[in-house]
Amino acid sequence: MTAPVLDALDALESESIHIFREVAGEFDRPVILFSGGKDSTLLVHLAVKAFAPAPVPFPLLHVDTGHNYPEVIDFRDRLVERLGLRLHVAHVQDWIDDGRLTERPDGTRNPLQTVPLLDSINEHRFDAVFGGGRRDEERARAKERIISLRDAFGRWDPRSQRPELWNLYNGRHAAGEHVRVFPISNWTELDVWRYIQREGIELPSIYFAHRREVFRRDGMWLAEGPWGGPRGAEGLELRSVRYRTVGDGSCTGAVESTASTLDEIIDEVTASRLTERGATRADDRLSEAAMEDRKREGYF
Amino acid sequence: MARDLLRFATAGSVDDGKSTLVGRLLYDTKSVLADQIEAVERASVDKGMSTPDLSLLVDGLRAEREQGITIDVAYRYFGTPTREFVLADTPGHVQYTRNTVTGASTAELAVLLVDARNGIVEQTRRHAAVLALLRVPRLVLAINKIDLVGFDEETLTTIAKDFSGLARSVGFADEAVQVIPVSALAGDNVVERSTRTPWYDGPTLLGHLESVPVAGPEVSAPFRMPVQYVIRPRAGALPDAEERWGPLHDYRGYAGQVASGTVSPGDEVVVLPGGARTTVAAVDTADGPLDAAGAGRSVTIRLTDDIDISRGDLIAAAGAAPRVGSEIEATLCWLADKPLRAGARLLLKHGARTTQVIVGALGERLDVDSVRFVDPPEALTVNDIAMVSLRTADPLPVDDYADIRATGSFLLIDPPTGNTLAAGLVGAPLAVVEA
Repeated sequence: MTAPVLDALDALESESIHIFREVAGEFDRPVILFSGGKDSTLLVHLAVKAFAPAPVPFPLLHVDTGHNYPEVIDFRDRLVERLGLRLHVAHVQDWIDDGRLTERPDGTRNPLQTVPLLDSINEHRFDAVFGGGRRDEERARAKERIISLRDAFGRWDPRSQRPELWNLYNGRHAAGEHVRVFPISNWTELDVWRYIQREGIELPSIYFAHRREVFRRDGMWLAEGPWGGPRGAEGLELRSVRYRTVGDGSCTGAVESTASTLDEIIDEVTASRLTERGATRADDRLSEAAMEDRKREGYF
Repeated sequence: MARDLLRFATAGSVDDGKSTLVGRLLYDTKSVLADQIEAVERASVDKGMSTPDLSLLVDGLRAEREQGITIDVAYRYFGTPTREFVLADTPGHVQYTRNTVTGASTAELAVLLVDARNGIVEQTRRHAAVLALLRVPRLVLAINKIDLVGFDEETLTTIAKDFSGLARSVGFADEAVQVIPVSALAGDNVVERSTRTPWYDGPTLLGHLESVPVAGPEVSAPFRMPVQYVIRPRAGALPDAEERWGPLHDYRGYAGQVASGTVSPGDEVVVLPGGARTTVAAVDTADGPLDAAGAGRSVTIRLTDDIDISRGDLIAAAGAAPRVGSEIEATLCWLADKPLRAGARLLLKHGARTTQVIVGALGERLDVDSVRFVDPPEALTVNDIAMVSLRTADPLPVDDYADIRATGSFLLIDPPTGNTLAAGLVGAPLAVVEA
């Protein structure tokens, strides 16, 4: 009996499952970084499939900036409940309250996530941290390994990466070091959406078009919130919008959209002329090498 | 028909225009989005250029942009209505063996670039030898910059003839090789067929990439699957698992990715290195059992007999099992700055098993410039390729790399630092034919 050739989504799914199992076999304390966004929700779905009918053999870690949309927190809690997962939450607010971090003048908390992340990795002695990064997102990520070694400071050194050959992953690390693991490295944004549709994966409602009061800043539609704004001449307007990524509310913009179903979103993504990070993430616009700099510092 | 996925690699020398070719493929398949184009246009203006430099689309790291070179393998993604592509873009000059070996290890096809003005050069021979060694199933020679030789047919014919001889001498079958004249800068024959090469009746580069089979020879090889993880939900299952899966108290499944061949319920298998024989009871996935699973599919296999199996074991077709032993003759691609001498004690990762290894005698070294094997060296240094004898602490079930890539490949790892030192290929997969 011969088996049919895998289609693209089956091939990507099998590769991701292989990566999850390899890490579960070689590491003592893995964890999935979970934001409630579509990529980390996809990670959880793939992890469930990798170990079914047994439960996922590692917990989730959410670095909560405190600037999250309530729909996303609600979604997170229901997902954890439904799948019987364990969840750790690192509240950025706790780090601000005890003085380990200082609020930035612009109110943005995205750059503040790195310290709570690294502190949590140390506290829980996590040795492998799964992230939803994809190589198609940005040029520096295109050179990222699937299993990527980080030193005790969480830093990425792009010039001393281990070669990654065949599907043989080298997870050796010293005490105090950990690895970041990117099981969906080879997926594109469109692959993610098509797979979410095929598998019927539930997402937070903010990914679908809805009416929301937003204001314009730096070419992006931002929602009113504790992160500040609207300021000065920025005026609130009621618009039909949706989010393409889930991140800190201060720098994650909505796009104007009427796409309220997965079919409509896939049509919109197919026709879109902007990458998801470029369209809606102010933190990537700071400089040409913005992502590379943040990855070197231990960012996701 | 469903869209499938082709993994391929590109290789070329400095200044052959590889980054431009890759940029052209992305640009002409509309895989580059407006904000990326704007970023490249801004950067091109900053560098004082009059037209957008498509190569900037693919140079990722700051050091690369500053120095105008490509340091590391980069992965690119594009798609057409019929197929998705994962491209491993391997730079030519810095650590070319390391990068080419890395890119070629997952590729079902490689695109090798030459400059039409220079034809086959030393680096073309090196790349062809490494791609042959890595058993990349298919090869494209893209003759670039044909605009700079006036779209001359005779130039193409001469280079194609030279290359056919080279490809044949390192073991590529004629039908595995396609020669395509292109201009990456102007776009001729990359995605759009050129009107300036009326004498060329072959496919465009993209047309060829869209039409070759995506599957390698593993599909028709005997069944192999390394066990990555043992799934025993006894201690606790997914909340709805018993409703979907039935009673799970005795469930014991062996999780892995099919490395070669096909597996179906009822198949006779052997578990190695132990040697116990049994029968496949079921091929499970989270979406339900399969009648058959082929190479590349991640599955969970249940067996009819209760055998002690753990991570690192290999399940293989009982009638065509790999050999098991601790003495392994292999070809090493040495990737590290630290030299290798006989007697070194290292770690070896094969499939899902890592074991200790002692390096025995160093054998003949491949001189990649002449594509000849020469006398054994005192030590292997970075980018060296040589035969070697290894002795492993645990017996390993191996195939020759030339027969099955997945069970014929391994890594050598430095115990103190954990660094990957070498790519290992069981046997002597490069059969050089004397011209």
